[in-house]
Amino acid sequence: MRYEAPETLEAAVALLVREAGEARVLAGGTDLLVQLKTDMLDPTLIVDLKRIDEMRKITSDAAGFCIGAAVSGAELKEHAGLTEAWPGVVEAANLIGSTQIQGRATLGGNLCNASPAADSVPALIAASARVSIFGPSGRRELAVEDVVLAPRRTALQNGEFVVSFQLPPKRKGTGDAYLRFIPRTEMDIAVVGAGVCLAIDAAGTCTAARVGLGAVAARPLLVAAAGQALVGSKLDTAALEHMVAAVRAACKPIDDKRGTIEFRIKVAGVIARRACERALERARA
Amino acid sequence: MAKTHVAFHVNGDPVEVLCEPQSTLLDVLRDELELTGTKEGCSTGDCGACSVTVDGRLICSCLMLGVEAAGKSVGTIEGLSSQSAAGEVLHPLQQKFLEHHALQCGICTPGFLIASKALLDRNPDPSETEVRYWLAGNLCRCTGYDKIVRAVMDAAADLRKA
Repeated sequence: MRYEAPETLEAAVALLVREAGEARVLAGGTDLLVQLKTDMLDPTLIVDLKRIDEMRKITSDAAGFCIGAAVSGAELKEHAGLTEAWPGVVEAANLIGSTQIQGRATLGGNLCNASPAADSVPALIAASARVSIFGPSGRRELAVEDVVLAPRRTALQNGEFVVSFQLPPKRKGTGDAYLRFIPRTEMDIAVVGAGVCLAIDAAGTCTAARVGLGAVAARPLLVAAAGQALVGSKLDTAALEHMVAAVRAACKPIDDKRGTIEFRIKVAGVIARRACERALERARA
Repeated sequence: MAKTHVAFHVNGDPVEVLCEPQSTLLDVLRDELELTGTKEGCSTGDCGACSVTVDGRLICSCLMLGVEAAGKSVGTIEGLSSQSAAGEVLHPLQQKFLEHHALQCGICTPGFLIASKALLDRNPDPSETEVRYWLAGNLCRCTGYDKIVRAVMDAAADLRKA
């Protein structure tokens, strides 16, 4: 196995496409190093992306935030502007693992590891995040909900990697939140996760809503019908019940030791409703 | 296999090693630099025994490649105490761990101390809840955690007076 740490996107792509064997990109390494250790992977080349400036910084302007795919969870939390504008996204990212894991783990890795239970992904889906991808054919964009196709499988082509995430700017009357169910209070994998982003007008009517779900299907889901159930309502009990019904209808979970199908479907509705309530509090603030 | 020359700092001192690309920072610290205070537990980022700081940031050294350390500043348990004319002086956290009996077998202790110091460097007055959540990535099978949490709270109180 060889290790390279290029300083430009172009150099990274050149290394990836030239490699005859298996090449892997490295960001925080909190999944990759475990996979190396347990012999799930045996790459011939590791390309460390952390020396590429664009991947390591958070910038903001009138168009919103651009978060480098190799920025750590701890750095997200320390960014006051991002935490104020997108508290749900930052909370979701900070639920991944321990303080030590937060020192390294990245949004890019959480997405591209392609776990259905990745905590940051439903929150990013709710927030309408888009990813900037770089590869042999140059740059392209995807909505975050279109990146993961199945467990361990993404829409990235050979030689491509995620460079950054774009989030809209903070707007008055909007709020986001992410909640998950785990059987303890910390250090666990989501049994169900739900991210919600809401916008309300001065009269308190919902003008836009997006609901993202994790761990209830083969990939993180955008549940358009759940958002539609809220738009035009005052987010009253009846509207929330419609949203809950749409969430439960979208769930196609597996049975495993962490939760049965029936349990996950039930809890998805509960968690999505609570995330809605938290997002609404933030939209009103 | 080709080794890479890697230069970085450990506890303020410059070091240079020849590193195999698959070696973790933990391997490099223990086997190349013979800094065996940092312990290997699970090797998968779950137990926190291998906690170190890299450029001030708390991480698991089992989840970082040694070659990634190039140009970085690494902090390990060997750098926690200080030297005086009378000899080695324990850090207040180390002293409080002794006073509160916050260790038994000791394997988790360097990781707990490094993680606790990283907390107090950022937050000199943490609540008990903050201490418990911050240390959730450090596992101890001897103490039941209460003594560790009390030692950290007590050390924080002493450091605030200093």
